[in-house]
Amino acid sequence: MKKKRSRVSGYNKWGYIFLIPFTLAYVIFQLIPLVSTIYNSFFENYMSGLTQIGPTFVGFDNYVQLFEGGDIWKYAKNTMVLWIMCFIPQIILSLLLGAWFSDTRLKLRGSRFFKTVIYLPNLIMASAFAMLFFTLFSDGGPINSLLMQIGFIDTPYKFLSNTGSARGLIALMNCLMWFGNTTILLMAGMMGIDTNLFEAAEVDGATSTQVFYKITLPLLRPILVYVIITSLIGGLQLFDVPQILTNGTGDPMRSTMTLIMFLNKHLFSKNYGMAGALSVVLFIMTGILSLIVFKVTGNDKRKG
Amino acid sequence: MKKKLVSALLCTAMVTSMIAGCGSTGGNDSSGAGTNSKEASADEQGKVFNIYCWNEEFKTRITDHYADYEEVDATTGKIGDITVKWNITPSDDNAYQNNLDATLLKQADAAADDKIDMFLVEADYALKYVDSDYTMPIKDLGITDDDLSKQYQYTKDVVTDSDGVLKGLSWQGCPGVLFYNRAAAKEVLGTDDPSEVQEYVKDWDTFKQTAATLKDAGYHVMSTVNDSYRVYSNNVSSPWVVDGKINIDDNIMKWVDDSKELVDAGETGTYELWSDDWSKGFYPDGKVFCYFGPAWLVNFSMAADTEGSIGYEGGWGAAEGPQGFFWGGTWICAAEGTDNADLIKDIMLTMTTDDTVMKEIVVDDDDFVNNQDVMNEMAEDPDYSSKILGGQNPLPMYIAGVENLDLSNLSAYDQGCNEEFQNAMKNYFEGSATKDEALDLFYKAVVEKYPELTY
Repeated sequence: MKKKRSRVSGYNKWGYIFLIPFTLAYVIFQLIPLVSTIYNSFFENYMSGLTQIGPTFVGFDNYVQLFEGGDIWKYAKNTMVLWIMCFIPQIILSLLLGAWFSDTRLKLRGSRFFKTVIYLPNLIMASAFAMLFFTLFSDGGPINSLLMQIGFIDTPYKFLSNTGSARGLIALMNCLMWFGNTTILLMAGMMGIDTNLFEAAEVDGATSTQVFYKITLPLLRPILVYVIITSLIGGLQLFDVPQILTNGTGDPMRSTMTLIMFLNKHLFSKNYGMAGALSVVLFIMTGILSLIVFKVTGNDKRKG
Repeated sequence: MKKKLVSALLCTAMVTSMIAGCGSTGGNDSSGAGTNSKEASADEQGKVFNIYCWNEEFKTRITDHYADYEEVDATTGKIGDITVKWNITPSDDNAYQNNLDATLLKQADAAADDKIDMFLVEADYALKYVDSDYTMPIKDLGITDDDLSKQYQYTKDVVTDSDGVLKGLSWQGCPGVLFYNRAAAKEVLGTDDPSEVQEYVKDWDTFKQTAATLKDAGYHVMSTVNDSYRVYSNNVSSPWVVDGKINIDDNIMKWVDDSKELVDAGETGTYELWSDDWSKGFYPDGKVFCYFGPAWLVNFSMAADTEGSIGYEGGWGAAEGPQGFFWGGTWICAAEGTDNADLIKDIMLTMTTDDTVMKEIVVDDDDFVNNQDVMNEMAEDPDYSSKILGGQNPLPMYIAGVENLDLSNLSAYDQGCNEEFQNAMKNYFEGSATKDEALDLFYKAVVEKYPELTY
């Protein structure tokens, strides 16, 4: 009896040993930065020129300062607007493409080729992509000359100086970059659905719309939730595209300034205190939003 | 098969990087060993001379005009048996200063060969370094006031710290003038003679009238409102920051009002400096009448080497413009803790005080050098003329400008304030915000950069 137990616990120890790499990586790269960020957010700690100011403990002063101007809500709103503007067309496009690609009845030719092609924009560095769009849509850029030559407009349209077009461009670029990725995820989910169900529906005379809404979508829910949450977190961390496109200014009038761009503004003075406070707020926001998505989509099994 | 190929590729990549890594460390090791042995032979000079800068300009000057310098490759050179290492970081996004700051802060603990020996600064942020212990007083290098007697006073004012100690030197002066497109002037104003064109741009009101005339002929008076920014911001009567509070001078507000008028009338654009749209006016098709700038702008930055540009054809003219100003300029600082003080002294003396070298720089590079004797002599020299300016000798104009420069209102915050002010006002000019909203945005952006300031 005794011997047997020791063999089991001896076997168990391998479980813990295999967990060590993950735990170590998690502690070093996630937990310690997280705790030190929270710790830093309570200090005044920045560089004035070459002189270090602080660190002095200031309690919640950084948080108070952060919320005082109310700007953080503006940047949070910008971020959400940009995410929604990018996510809605993206999910529609991806669902459609995913359904087509995974539909065995359609027998699309060259689907392998197109699957590769739609993923390609994601391989370009976001900053390079943003530079490209910046040049294309600049006041004297090719898009403006084109529009003027076909007589659509008389004077160059300042794409980057109007809130709507600037946000639209950012959303378009993000959508272009990520719809391929989303399509592949959704397609994987769709191909995991038992083909018997589709065949049965066909035998019962269901139209393809009915099949999509009654079979594909409900069974796709876990994957959809995963896509929404990862995209949401990615969207909250939106930075590279608007940063490069607007040269870090978030013009016009900071209507394209995202939370992370605001965070980046504190880099100039190496302001660990304010940046820490902002990061903590961002962390809480991400947590709450993910929780909402989780609840709303009905993935919470605890309800029983 | 595919997997094998990929893994083979990965392996090669890994091995190559390892070998490359070994190669460079190996190199460091040997040079380090060399240093030690040579240092033992009673030579006090360090064997590695580190220079930090943000572009190739100074390197080109050294290569062309410092006799003992031999180029080894793109980032290294040799002066005698001292290896010169160029550490060039572009100044975009503050990268140059971030890199310099990080290295300077570690200066005390760095190995002798890794220490910064010499670095370059610009006027906008010179005080940040000059007013710190990281720069060496010029006097400590053994350079006397006598050596510097021919330099223009303003170039010394920029790099004098709050206790009156001089901590840097420059080989150039950057008084600015107005460069006008000769063809446009002839077409619209009927003349391209500098003194007659000057009548059309002699003050801001006349300038605005001329802008209207130019607009009717299809020309923008300037490429962007930011072109004239320096002309206003150098003629201020108060600094950006007074007692820790952000302060906007009346003359800067005058820039805002004048510029808004020009933009609303469609007489100029709102592009950022250095952008593609801004530089279209370097070519005849860009339809831009003038740019404001110092000697280096027209010689170094306005595509004068590109066929078809206005500069290539010698199509620019220089006029004094509405107000005198300066823009840019590079100062050489010696870093505290250097082990190459003698070499720094020699480079500084050769590049910033030697009459023959400085004359060479004017003739070869069309730069405006920091030497009153040379400049006065060249200004009267009938043989000297600038090709880009269509045979005009602009030096008398620069000299007149440089004598009136007043730099008493510089502050360590100039760089951030100038940048953010132009960024914020762009919104006002383009109609995305009211003046007050734009000013508010400016204050906010400056406090983000300098948390110690208030408004």
